[in-house]
Amino acid sequence: MGLRIERMRIVQEGFTLDADLAVARGARVAVIGPSGSGKSTLMGAIAGFVPLASGRILWGGADLARQPPGERPLSILFQDQNLFPHLTVADNVGLGLDPRLRLTAADRQRVAAVIARVGLAGKEGRRPAALSGGEQGRAALARVLVRARPLLLLDEAFAALGPALKAEMLALVADIVGETGATLMLVTHDPQDAIALAPETILVAEGRAHPPRPTAALLADPPPALAAYLGRNAQGASAAADAPRAGRAAAAVRRGSAP
Amino acid sequence: MAAGAATGRDAAGFRRAGGAAAAAVAAFVLGPLAMVGLAAQGAVAGLQPGDGAALRFTLAQAAASAAASVALAVPLARALARRRFAGRAALVTLLGAPFLLPSVIAVMALLAVFGRGGAVNAALAAAGLGPMSIYGPHGVVIAHVFFNLPLATRLILQGWQAIPAERFRLAATLGFGPAEVARHLERPMLREVVPGALATIFLVCLSSFAVALILGGGPRATTLELAIYQAFRFDFDLGRAALLAALQLGLCAAALALVWAVALPAGFGAGLDRPAGRWDAGGVFLRVQDALVIAAAAAFLLGPLAAVLAAGLPHLAGLPPQVWTAALRSAAVAVAAAVLTAVLALAIATGRARGGARWAEAAGMLPIAVSPMVLGTGLFVIVFPLADPAALALAVTAAVNAALALPFALRALLPAVAEAEAGHGRLATSLGIGGLARLRLVILPRVRRPLGFATGLAAAFAAGDLGVIVLFAGGDAATLPLELFRLMGAYRMEAASGAAVLLLALAFGLFAVFDRGGRLGAAD
Repeated sequence: MGLRIERMRIVQEGFTLDADLAVARGARVAVIGPSGSGKSTLMGAIAGFVPLASGRILWGGADLARQPPGERPLSILFQDQNLFPHLTVADNVGLGLDPRLRLTAADRQRVAAVIARVGLAGKEGRRPAALSGGEQGRAALARVLVRARPLLLLDEAFAALGPALKAEMLALVADIVGETGATLMLVTHDPQDAIALAPETILVAEGRAHPPRPTAALLADPPPALAAYLGRNAQGASAAADAPRAGRAAAAVRRGSAP
Repeated sequence: MAAGAATGRDAAGFRRAGGAAAAAVAAFVLGPLAMVGLAAQGAVAGLQPGDGAALRFTLAQAAASAAASVALAVPLARALARRRFAGRAALVTLLGAPFLLPSVIAVMALLAVFGRGGAVNAALAAAGLGPMSIYGPHGVVIAHVFFNLPLATRLILQGWQAIPAERFRLAATLGFGPAEVARHLERPMLREVVPGALATIFLVCLSSFAVALILGGGPRATTLELAIYQAFRFDFDLGRAALLAALQLGLCAAALALVWAVALPAGFGAGLDRPAGRWDAGGVFLRVQDALVIAAAAAFLLGPLAAVLAAGLPHLAGLPPQVWTAALRSAAVAVAAAVLTAVLALAIATGRARGGARWAEAAGMLPIAVSPMVLGTGLFVIVFPLADPAALALAVTAAVNAALALPFALRALLPAVAEAEAGHGRLATSLGIGGLARLRLVILPRVRRPLGFATGLAAAFAAGDLGVIVLFAGGDAATLPLELFRLMGAYRMEAASGAAVLLLALAFGLFAVFDRGGRLGAAD
């Protein structure tokens, strides 16, 4: 039993989001949909940041409602602000072991090992400002590794990186979930990410998060809202080969508007 | 996602802590005010004829001081706004210093220049003119101008620098001269800024105590704050003191309402060291005029301080031992006030940033509405039946100065804490970082600068305070300002000038230590 979202409804100003779906343990699921459709809101609800108007979110059959964000069986990475700029890489990663940063010698060894695992050996003492964008992503993933929670939520975590770096990060993510058996939910604007990493995809559109469907089938025959988002006509006639182009265009637009 | 910062057990804990701190501040301010009200009702004799004169003088000197400060500040601010010269940045920074300057030092400094043996009287005598006295109503106003001219200049300079540089460029392309720039750019700005500056300085001067205590007094130059003290100390008439305190409270509340009505100007703005490009003020006459204005202001502001330093430094080594113990006491009081301010301001600001109610912030701002003597009177009425006020003199001095510094501390900390929570609160919550760990790991590293500034302010206030302490202090356990005041009263001017240098070093040294401590290792 993995994640179950039962008749969930979120109500915010002039916006509602409904969901009734399940994600199997160990699955890798992309979350895709137009801007403002509620992808981040869905992630926020699972992580415990967005209150539910009704319905339940369960992990392994247990209702998460009473668990504060830090105690939920998950790690989440946001688009930015995934590291504390005033703390070193080692401290940022160490926070994944103890939120009060009271670390034992064994903890510190573990932190060092994980930092080496993501390819940042020798950079433990640096602050985030002294790291490249890709290295910052690696440091955040190192913390995900030490937290070792069974569910990993990526809320457009690497969207601000260039295509090559993003691909590198997602490859590392794939390795990590492969090693740990974690369930992955990945919000993305880019259908290519979904094709590369996620056999299944949740479409969020028109106020609803739909149950996961096989990614290839979904992209080959998109419902009208997704087709409009991808820039294709509603018949879904165009070849799947168009998907990369649409994805690149979307990524370019996004990078252009990124802060 | 902002909801994440405000929901959950941890946020509720921060809100409770902030609410408790705010309630403590409110009780500390409103409790004594209530006692003042009760005691005033029980006043037997009512006000005396001299009290009416005190009310009139309080209003008159505050109005005169505000008018003179602003009138002199306008040409000074204009000169600073349109000139670049070596030392300009230092001069603008120095304009912030009187805020920290203990009032008793300012008085000493003026005495050193305008007093009987000062440079001014020496010059007058050489010119065959009779000596002038700095004592009396005009002395009080001169001292207030000395204090508030820099504040007025900073407020008005902010107005000048708020005029976009593009406007001056546009004015240059249209061929505006100084008269047209004044008419189209500067006077409209002054109409916005000057009322606020006048009202602010009027409010500050209403609660003048130390200046009136030393330079004023008597039927012609007694402020309400001084009258409260005298009713206490000489007549021991608590009822009349409370009546005067109630009067003073009403006056301050009305003046505060006036300040808010004409828009509260920001206290200390950043970025005052960057003059806009100007093309309208290149004339020789204007250059000479500005140079003279700046030189005269610098002489008026720095001359007395230099004189007090020159007079005091030789006597520093020979200071009587009780002065050094008083300095230690003052340092302890200052550190206690700084810590108290930091705890209260952090609790209120973090509670607010985690969705706490507005009233907590308002409660933290309450002390701005009460004058030290009013608060002191109320506290005295509370303490007197329970304990020896002299035994609590130091604790009360620390607490009152912490309260008086709190509004400034909150103004610096509220936005900084809100920004830290907005930027990193979600990440902290997702990692389960809460409580004191959140304060230590997430908030404090991001607010070190404003926190250092705020605690430094509280420390400087408390170190230089010559207000509440005179109500509470007994024969011993004097703080350094009180010891200095006693030396002056005993006409031991050499020791007093030495003590003044020591106090100056203590107040500014403490501020610098806290402020630097905040900057050192501040994040980013």
